[in-house]
Amino acid sequence: MDINERIVDDFIRNEIGFVTTVPCKQLSGVIDAVEKHDQIHHVPCNHEAEGMGLCAGAFLGGTRPCIIMQNTALGVTVNSLAALIQYYQMPLPMLISYRGEVGEKVACQVEMAMHTKPILQQMNIPSYHLHKADDIEELSAILNHTFMASKPTAILADASFWSAT
Amino acid sequence: MIRSEVTKSIIPVITDELVVCNIGLPSQELFMHDDQPSNFYMLGTMGLCSSIGLGLALNQNAPVLAIDGDGSILTNFGTLATIANNPADNFTLLIIDNGSYGSTGDQPTYAGKKTSLSKVAKACGCANVIECQGEEAAEEVGKALKGNQMTIIVCKCESGNVPVPNILTHPVSIRDRFMTEVEARN
Ligand SMILES: [Mg+2]
Repeated sequence: MDINERIVDDFIRNEIGFVTTVPCKQLSGVIDAVEKHDQIHHVPCNHEAEGMGLCAGAFLGGTRPCIIMQNTALGVTVNSLAALIQYYQMPLPMLISYRGEVGEKVACQVEMAMHTKPILQQMNIPSYHLHKADDIEELSAILNHTFMASKPTAILADASFWSAT
Repeated sequence: MIRSEVTKSIIPVITDELVVCNIGLPSQELFMHDDQPSNFYMLGTMGLCSSIGLGLALNQNAPVLAIDGDGSILTNFGTLATIANNPADNFTLLIIDNGSYGSTGDQPTYAGKKTSLSKVAKACGCANVIECQGEEAAEEVGKALKGNQMTIIVCKCESGNVPVPNILTHPVSIRDRFMTEVEARN
């Protein structure tokens, strides 16, 4: 099965009904799959902090949300994660393209890659790293865990994971 | 009229509605005038009020009012494009535009200078944009909440603040009681 369709299947299995996205080259396939699925309301946003506001609203409305974004945006969402998602104890799985890891072609992406895990660790955000194609087997349990714990979680999917598909 | 008076004037039309309120003095004023479990007070994250309101409106059926400010809209300017392109007919966005960052000491915003938020909202593609004065806010908000058509109201008023209490309600309590109100309406 195509990995992007598998990701969306895992969203549905975990009752995710609202997804907001900011594009990344690595994420184009999964964004297309989200857009096509008729049980998912897809709202593209202009900025990841805005997206976290949309997800908070969706959760208040009784719908499980998810944000799909690039790790380079983590720095501009620290306040939204701390003062909105964590402060009000809301669940938010973040499917993050982990740019700047081995296989990266754009040198500047490495700069934020070096800060990605330290920021997540500093914020006590449970983080998972999808590196091989088989790691997709863990996604459904991670999503289930996110809503059980009612916390934000980071699912970092690197170039090796996306290129394996 | 200053923002606090605008807020007080709309209480009769919003007291039973789902309200998402902007961070700082706007939430504290709403809390002071009419604390309700159907109010979601923002305690952090400048700029996200309209986004939370839109996300809520898109995911359940009851009318939603987001009470935002000019400074907050300028912080998250992309929100007007997202709102325009994802219309929710149960959503009303009230921007109380006093031309200043009220909560931080009334430093002027660009909305009080050359920038027209109602024109920006229209340029973003919002179909139903109303600009009014503080005295007209209650009537316009009341109409919008009953209108079943997504409405952006830019309400112009004076800068200025009044003393207000801090909101000591725990954030999880604010969230939990609000979600109970959402469920009861759906
Ligand atoms: Mg203001």
